[in-house]
Amino acid sequence: MKWNGWGYSDSKFLFNKKGQAEFTGKRYRLSGMVLPSLQDWFENTFGASVNHKSPATPALNASAVPPARLNKAFVEDLKATGIPFSHEAEDRVFRAHGHCLHEIFALREGKKFERVPDMVVWPNCHNDVVKIVELACKHNVCLIPYGGGTSVTSALECPPEETRCIVSLDTSQMNRILWIDEKNLVAHVEAGIIGQDLERLLNESGYCTGHEPDSMEFSSLGGWVATRASGMKKNVYGNIEDLVIHIKVVTPRGVIEKSCQGPRMSTGPDIHHFILGSEGTLGVVTEVTMKIRPIPEYQKYGSVVFPNFEAGVACLREVAKQRCAPASIRLMDNEQFQFGHALKPQVSSIFTNFVEGLKKFYITKFKGFDPHQLVVATLLFEGDRERVLQHEKQVYDIAATFGGLAAGEDNGQRGYILTFVIAYLRDLGMDYYVVAESFETSVPWDRVLDLCRNVKERINRECKERGVQFQPLTSCRVTQTYDAGACVYFYFAFNYRGLADPVHTYEQVEHAAREEILANGGSLSHHHGVGKLRKEWMKESISSLGVGMLQSVKDYVDPDNIFGNRNLL
Amino acid sequence: MDILEERRRSSDLGHALRTFTPSPYRGTPPLSAGALNRKVLESQYLRYVTKEVAMETGESVDLVREEASGILEEMSQNLQLGFIRLLGFTLSKVFKRLFSHININQEGLNRLQQAIQESPVILMPNHRSYVDFLVLSYILFTYDLPIPVIAAGIPLMDMKMVGEVLRRSGAFFIRRAIGSDKLYWAVLSEYVKTIVRTGYAPVEFFVEGLRSRTLKSLTPKLGMMHMVLEPFFKGEVYDITLVPISISYDRVLEESLLAHELLGVPKPRETTMGLLKARRVLEEDYGSMHVYFGMPLSVRQLTKGRVDRCEYNLLPRDLPQRPSVETQECVSWLAQQVVRIQEQSSILSPWSLMACLVLQDHQDADPAGEEHEKGLSWELLTQRTLWLKGLAISFGAHLDWPEQLPENQVMSSSMALHRSVIRCHQGRVTLLEEEGPVGAEPFTTEEGVVRRARPVLMVAAYRNQALHVFIRPAMLALAVHTVQSSQREDIYSYFRFLLDLFSNDFIFITGRSSQDFEEACSLLRKCGAVQTSQQEVT
Repeated sequence: MKWNGWGYSDSKFLFNKKGQAEFTGKRYRLSGMVLPSLQDWFENTFGASVNHKSPATPALNASAVPPARLNKAFVEDLKATGIPFSHEAEDRVFRAHGHCLHEIFALREGKKFERVPDMVVWPNCHNDVVKIVELACKHNVCLIPYGGGTSVTSALECPPEETRCIVSLDTSQMNRILWIDEKNLVAHVEAGIIGQDLERLLNESGYCTGHEPDSMEFSSLGGWVATRASGMKKNVYGNIEDLVIHIKVVTPRGVIEKSCQGPRMSTGPDIHHFILGSEGTLGVVTEVTMKIRPIPEYQKYGSVVFPNFEAGVACLREVAKQRCAPASIRLMDNEQFQFGHALKPQVSSIFTNFVEGLKKFYITKFKGFDPHQLVVATLLFEGDRERVLQHEKQVYDIAATFGGLAAGEDNGQRGYILTFVIAYLRDLGMDYYVVAESFETSVPWDRVLDLCRNVKERINRECKERGVQFQPLTSCRVTQTYDAGACVYFYFAFNYRGLADPVHTYEQVEHAAREEILANGGSLSHHHGVGKLRKEWMKESISSLGVGMLQSVKDYVDPDNIFGNRNLL
Repeated sequence: MDILEERRRSSDLGHALRTFTPSPYRGTPPLSAGALNRKVLESQYLRYVTKEVAMETGESVDLVREEASGILEEMSQNLQLGFIRLLGFTLSKVFKRLFSHININQEGLNRLQQAIQESPVILMPNHRSYVDFLVLSYILFTYDLPIPVIAAGIPLMDMKMVGEVLRRSGAFFIRRAIGSDKLYWAVLSEYVKTIVRTGYAPVEFFVEGLRSRTLKSLTPKLGMMHMVLEPFFKGEVYDITLVPISISYDRVLEESLLAHELLGVPKPRETTMGLLKARRVLEEDYGSMHVYFGMPLSVRQLTKGRVDRCEYNLLPRDLPQRPSVETQECVSWLAQQVVRIQEQSSILSPWSLMACLVLQDHQDADPAGEEHEKGLSWELLTQRTLWLKGLAISFGAHLDWPEQLPENQVMSSSMALHRSVIRCHQGRVTLLEEEGPVGAEPFTTEEGVVRRARPVLMVAAYRNQALHVFIRPAMLALAVHTVQSSQREDIYSYFRFLLDLFSNDFIFITGRSSQDFEEACSLLRKCGAVQTSQQEVT
């Protein structure tokens, strides 16, 4: 894993000596391929140049890491339990951040850290966690649970004002499937398991959870629960709150769990909902029982092009109305469509080249789509073959009434590739003076268009006002559909050459964008969570009484603020 | 810059028939009047109100909808380029006859052109004459800017032919007393909002509501203001740009009509015949006209921190919603702001200054006095006018005083322009009485009063044009004079009392009284009338 960027060390984008982009490694569909159009797109979109590099510092500078403030008594007692721990600088820094732009940027620049965890512990099971939490309470030590480290809300950042010893509780060793119940189709899993491992292990038994957040390669089950995660295929499988049947949480007051696995209960407010989205402020999720499904017989990607974003949104709305959304349906705007195209690998034969040309001719000339307006919806169908084909036809028929043209499986699949490589691409951008980030919201259907337009416009204008010299990239996609609204996901990037403090500028613009979202009837977050990044808007979002309710739960469960990451409240 | 100059040199027909390719907001294609009306009728909002009205009155929904459609028909504009060209041609001819110059600020037009492409634009001129909106459309046409859609009063519509011509030039008509007619409000507001939302043409309306008979600025009316701003508050457009426009006339076409109306002589119905009869106005000289396009105001920026757009999050945006108190206050504040900017950018003529002085003296004059002692001596008038001119300039007024001409000539030509009310005979300046019809019977006392009052009122109206320059310092002077103490506190509180007292007569922006006070202090200090310290004003 990279220590100052996204994902695996062997996988990264780079511009080779010929100036062509390639993606190294063997892990992804794009791995080992040359992407001839990426350079042009990159240079034209950002006004960047492959000759202007902004390289990262090559290795962690141990002197930039503050010394560990250890709580001697805690360490002694912990040693006695035999649970492994470490206070090496690398281990501590690795768990001091998520993947917010400012965090990665600081790592690359080799900036001095204000506060990092003082030690890291690796419990192996639920009981280990119980012991650690007991000791933390006894010695007044601050615990910060750590799962996959993919947070983008500053949730893993250590509060600088924390004077106690901060212990990062890394759940990565709790990664087993404890049992599978085939009669009820549920599995009991340790919460430290990483998404792709969970899926792979279940697949071996013929099952899946179907929960596929974009971060699933690296994010953990416990993290999903703690942030109210959402998966790409939620239309078939549901979001995390629909998937969990039972949760076990270790808190300073003891262990919270329910007494049975009834599929629904009327026993007062659901205590699971205090845990879901608690962002590590109440305790550590150790074990989860969640629904599983047999692996679908058949999977098919698809795509539809629309003449413009408005038509695309109208189509998605209709699909949601008829409740016939495929496992995944996403609408990418024109900028993202072009972005996706820039990732096309080198075409091997003249014939494919020719066919591509014909397709383009058909859509733009024959059908009269403006290449700078058209948008594409990507689709993923799952189920038994016959049903999939039938479903596909239904969706394409609806699309046709909004002027949509079927555009093939390949385009569809490429759309999903983008989501897995986007974070790698951000690292490439940062090598060349481009900073980038994504953020999301959920919004009622009738406001989707207005919100997208206003937020993009706000970003453009704020960038200009704050002295960004180049036109920023602002792009969005409608990434989930619901009965009453949709989830919208934004990408935002700009070339920061000429700016004294690009991260600060970036943060100001993002702040303005969030204000714009709220003023346009969008939510504070659909699935990223609040962390510390968006805390300031909590009162406005859920009322001060609501904040008080959450606070009183926190006060009861964790009166000494042992879980002191200060997220959310 | 004088736009008539070019017209005097080249063909009016060519001007009217040239290619006209304005670039509207985001390149929005023009929306035909029919399509606009359909959009309005089919809107969720109107459907909702229709149903509600049907429930309340017990009429069938279809009937109410028909009623709505009738209202819309009566109201809607029918902008056609052909008519704009015809109007362009006619107005070229008419304006050249009436005015010696129509001066506009080129940089203001450039700013406007820029603004139109960035967001929906609301043109907000002051309203002094019927000519106002004709001239604005004419200027926009001349400069290749999108022709605005204009809110006009319904009496204009009832004029034969003229109503139709105006309609086709982009005017839409609003009834005067709408009161609580829910359906009418709904149709009107949806109509206006739809135009703003699509943004294919600027909306133009007079925030003062009607022509100012006294030539003073009127307290703004807020109905239209709310309608045009709502699409921004609800996030339907990114921003809205307000462009205050100040139109000033050396001599207002309707001057004598205004005086009559103020005297209670009923306003003649606007009829086509009336208009034709009024063509004798064509034979007179009305001097110059000044149109100043103000700095475009971004509603987004101005309302920042004053309006919480989230208040619209919990109701469907298609449903009528009463804006919160803060929003209402903000809208009213914005409207005052616009009127104040109109005032500040208006151009004062020398005549306005002279009018102040002529009237001052007129009150003291003894009507029974000797002929040669009547009125004001020309020397005194000149002397005082020049003094006032200096004062006005130091108070920041914009004067149209041709510096290259000798002062005497400037003043006498101003007077010549207004020879129907004033005359200089043997070095004495006196107001004239209105002439009766030739050979008419000797008039009654009542008529006599009216005839004597008319010129006074006319001159007063021109004086009123200049009042906004002096009103704040004047209030301060009065306060200093009245209050016994010289404590700043006391004077300020009396000053505030005066602002309050005259809040219907002059435009004071709510919540700005302390700045107004400071401004007044600094102006009076500048001309040496007061001295101020932290605690005192003397």
